[in-house]
Amino acid sequence: MAQINTPAELEEFRKGILSKRDPDKPCVTLCSGSACNASGSTDVAAALFEEIEKQGLGAAVDIRRTGCHGFCERGPIIVIHPEEICYFNIEPKDVSEIISETIKGHKVVEHLLYTDPATNEKIVHESEIPFYKYQERIVFGSNSKIDPKSIDDYLAIGGYSALAKALTGMSAEQVLQEVKKANLRGRGGGGFPAGTKWEGSRNAGGEIKYVIVNADEGDPGAYMDRSVLEGNPHSVLEGLTIGAYAVGAHEGYIYVRQEYPLAVENVNMAIRKAEEYGFLGKNILGSGFDFIVKVHQGAGAFVCGESTALMTALEGRAGEPRPKYVRSNVVGLWGRPSVLNNVETWANVPLIINNGADWFTKLGTESSKGTKIFSLVGKITNTGLVEVPMGTPLRDIIFKIGGGIPGGKKFKAVQTGGPSGGCIPEELLDLPVGFDELTRAGSMMGSGGMIVMDEDTCMPDVARYFLDFLTDESCGKCVPCREGMRQMLKILTDITQGRGKEGDIELLEQLAETAQEAALCALGKSSPNPFLSTLKYFRDEYEAHVKEKRCPALSCKELINYYIDPSKCNACTTCARKCPAEAIIGGKNLIHMIDQEKCTKCGTCFEACPPKFRAVTKISGVPVPPPIPEEARTIVRESKQK
Amino acid sequence: MDKDRIDRIIDKHHCEASSLIQVLLEIQSENHWLPKEALERVADKLQVPLTRVQHIATFYKAFSLVPKGRHEIHICVGTACHVRGATRVLDTVQDLTGIRPGETDLDLKFSLQTVNCLGCCALGPVMEVDGKTHGKMAPSKTAEILKNYE
Repeated sequence: MAQINTPAELEEFRKGILSKRDPDKPCVTLCSGSACNASGSTDVAAALFEEIEKQGLGAAVDIRRTGCHGFCERGPIIVIHPEEICYFNIEPKDVSEIISETIKGHKVVEHLLYTDPATNEKIVHESEIPFYKYQERIVFGSNSKIDPKSIDDYLAIGGYSALAKALTGMSAEQVLQEVKKANLRGRGGGGFPAGTKWEGSRNAGGEIKYVIVNADEGDPGAYMDRSVLEGNPHSVLEGLTIGAYAVGAHEGYIYVRQEYPLAVENVNMAIRKAEEYGFLGKNILGSGFDFIVKVHQGAGAFVCGESTALMTALEGRAGEPRPKYVRSNVVGLWGRPSVLNNVETWANVPLIINNGADWFTKLGTESSKGTKIFSLVGKITNTGLVEVPMGTPLRDIIFKIGGGIPGGKKFKAVQTGGPSGGCIPEELLDLPVGFDELTRAGSMMGSGGMIVMDEDTCMPDVARYFLDFLTDESCGKCVPCREGMRQMLKILTDITQGRGKEGDIELLEQLAETAQEAALCALGKSSPNPFLSTLKYFRDEYEAHVKEKRCPALSCKELINYYIDPSKCNACTTCARKCPAEAIIGGKNLIHMIDQEKCTKCGTCFEACPPKFRAVTKISGVPVPPPIPEEARTIVRESKQK
Repeated sequence: MDKDRIDRIIDKHHCEASSLIQVLLEIQSENHWLPKEALERVADKLQVPLTRVQHIATFYKAFSLVPKGRHEIHICVGTACHVRGATRVLDTVQDLTGIRPGETDLDLKFSLQTVNCLGCCALGPVMEVDGKTHGKMAPSKTAEILKNYE
């Protein structure tokens, strides 16, 4: 491969790729992101290659293993182009049918299609499925079209044209102004305007500057950055290079979690290919601009997502934050001006350069422009990654796209913003998503985690969970965070385990205030958010735990008991056979009882009891009813009586 | 772990002190834990104080200063898995293996670890054994899965 030296050569090369591709040739795309790989995509791929070979279609069909399509609930996903026929939950055994029916016979395999739960109708095309229909996938949409390991795929959809435009058609100042005008705000947490951050670095003195991709996605339940980096690494590289040009940096870093092996692999490959093609290195596209990128793997520390901690980690030291009297865009990595933006922010940059700031600002709200990818998880029917314009109401995301709560349960709250965010209750569901809107509601945008909770989720336990996480991840440098959180966690643990006492809630409030005022970095300052927001909207649950030793959601293990309702038990022995603790007493035709001494409260019996009986229940705040007399326990079956 | 393998990793990173974390990550990934001799060798070759190497090795979660079992169990306790009942899965696995998160049993059979999100939230609660993902876990399924590991 000879290097591409000018924008004209790039367009020539792109034409060459497109001319070799027949848009009518069948192409089977298979989602091969980490989530689909976990649900068996690798085996499906092997079956696919084998079957194509077996049916002698090697030259007639293309197979493309793409990154994440977003609809993880239904993975592995196959989409057949050009018709865009979508098949879900594919197993290796389905492959031969797909090839012979759809590829050879041009017929749709009905039973692999998506069934709309509302109408019970089968849906053939991706664009008609509610999950996709209400989305606006400007950043994430390309994932399903390209093989992340193929730079030619990226070029075929117009890749690196923004880089060519910026480097040879615009001055660095113009690029900066365009991003500023687009009001692109950081997608990683703070929502700081990227353009302003870049400008600070550009205006800072010194020859050496850095640009950095923050791919240390630590929020539990959020994986959009991983999916972009895995599925479309070149878009991030292109954005980073454009940013470097605007700022005047010649060296870039990608700080990626070591827990994301596929992202590391794909981004390393993308860098090699981009160097080979001349999109990285010396004199990029003949512009005279030099830029190189290195990958640095994180070693597992949540705090390293914080800008100053991340830069300290890049220097090869323990990732502890420092006070930000001087911002890192002025004094950052090795004391040099350093621009740090998150994966999704960088991936937006080529779109802004190609389509212009005016196009970008058409999407979104007054203060939050463009789209945002959310990771919609938890108690939700359609788990997956969802990209919507800023300003979309939460209700639309959860119910129209997410399909609501499974199992006929009632929605309780949605947690946004990761461990530093907060819970938003049902009465605020019409809130449009945006940086400032979410902050006003006591939560935050964060990196876009959206964890849906139903009536079975205990809110004090959620607060305890996040504090447990943050206490574990606190770097220990400042006292309010290290000691304050430990005490908050202790009190919350007591509350959820039935040892709460009067005054605990007030004490927690005081500790929360101290952390907010006095902690060193954003991790500590925002650590009380999960507690404060759940207290604001669900104070009654806290009080029930403290005063009545009752868990209203029937979730806190220490506050509940499992109990078999004798009037409903049919003595079917299903629960007794599954109980791992052998705590269920009873036999055939003998109403079952739970030995509360032996019961480990694992909940297996509750799940095992057939839905037509629903005899196993959870009780909280009241004593377990005494066992019924022995003589009343025998069930006499009607059929046997005759 | 022999000296040559450690040296090879260090040389790959050109003996740069700033590569300390990357060097330790590679040793950890090859050897599954960081023996004292390896830390000393790294400190020596990269010319950083051993205390700093220790600081790094204890600060970051990816490193282990004790040997790992033959099979590594990871239980996802990310938020999505948590609200779907990961704690109950974890409790059962602790009962079955007799070890708590961060521990390895005396036979060096299992090491148990909690992780904060494996990013396959659609499958939650998730348990991973030696890199293989087991989705939609329930306490009653754990014994069946762990039985397959010797």
